[in-house]
Amino acid sequence: MKKILTAILTASIIALSSPAWSNDDALTSNNGGVSSLRGLYEISDVNKAEDLKRVQREQQLIDRNYVQQPPMIPHSIRGYQVNLNANKCLACHSFKNAGEMGATKISVTHFETRSGTTLSDVSPRRYFCLQCHVTQADAKPLVENTFTPVHSLR
Amino acid sequence: MLKLLKRLWVIMKSPSTASFGFILVIGFLGGIIFWGGFNTGMEATNTEAFCSGCHAPIVKEIRETIHYSNRSGVRAICSDCHVPHNWTDKIVRKVQASKELVAFAMGTISTEEKFQARRAHLANREWKRMKENNSQECRNCHQFEFMDFSEQGKRSVSQHSTALASGEKTCVDCHKGIAHQLPNMEGIEGW
Repeated sequence: MKKILTAILTASIIALSSPAWSNDDALTSNNGGVSSLRGLYEISDVNKAEDLKRVQREQQLIDRNYVQQPPMIPHSIRGYQVNLNANKCLACHSFKNAGEMGATKISVTHFETRSGTTLSDVSPRRYFCLQCHVTQADAKPLVENTFTPVHSLR
Repeated sequence: MLKLLKRLWVIMKSPSTASFGFILVIGFLGGIIFWGGFNTGMEATNTEAFCSGCHAPIVKEIRETIHYSNRSGVRAICSDCHVPHNWTDKIVRKVQASKELVAFAMGTISTEEKFQARRAHLANREWKRMKENNSQECRNCHQFEFMDFSEQGKRSVSQHSTALASGEKTCVDCHKGIAHQLPNMEGIEGW
């Protein structure tokens, strides 16, 4: 009787403890117990997707953080076509249209080719505005950042 | 043949033996069927499925735009912008469109390549039409009188309160390619 009881007790202890033990093992098995930006998850786990961040329709001009930074786009650009046929950005920001539209002119550096020749209009390598200039959503930085711009931009 | 026509004329000319009331009822019912059928037929040519029959690639393009998918779920279909809503104007446009049946028979835009080559021509024709009728199809929904400038963006207000308000410009002057991909815009005013 005693023997049977001991056997059952041992079996149940093993049965109860083993899942917890194997869980710990699973948690550290693939990620080495390292917590990433998305927390302590298995690599194969899929997180719940964050809500999409919305671009504000209009905002104040966004200050540059470093000298060579392409200025950010302070307005919504939904539906703007920039392709072989049309460039919606240049409909306001080109030298030709900026005055009438009250928009910021693109810089003359955009007329320069790779070899330094200045063309009469936007250089093909600078035609796709959104390659460098992007909109800014009101999103919280994922990690703390202590970067401060150089003195001249502050 | 002439004899047959003569007999038909006699039948049409001579008074019927049927009662006046009967003729009225027949005429009334016939009118409903004819008119209903006519309008139903015309409405059938206003559906997206009908337009897609020839203009499939361009009908597809609206899906990315605000007139197809947006926060409130209100949407416009082809005919909302491309066919006048006013009945007489609609008939005029529909008669003009019978010319497009010839283009269909000839296969003018039967392939994607043919369509792309003709896109600028088609777009320019439509912009011209909209400019001439003061963007009537836009204004069927977007009425200037009810625009609240305080709800609009800064950039919108500066255009709407000046050029649009004075009638100097009409919607389509600035709002091109809002439901489609644009053709080559070289030389187009404002681009």
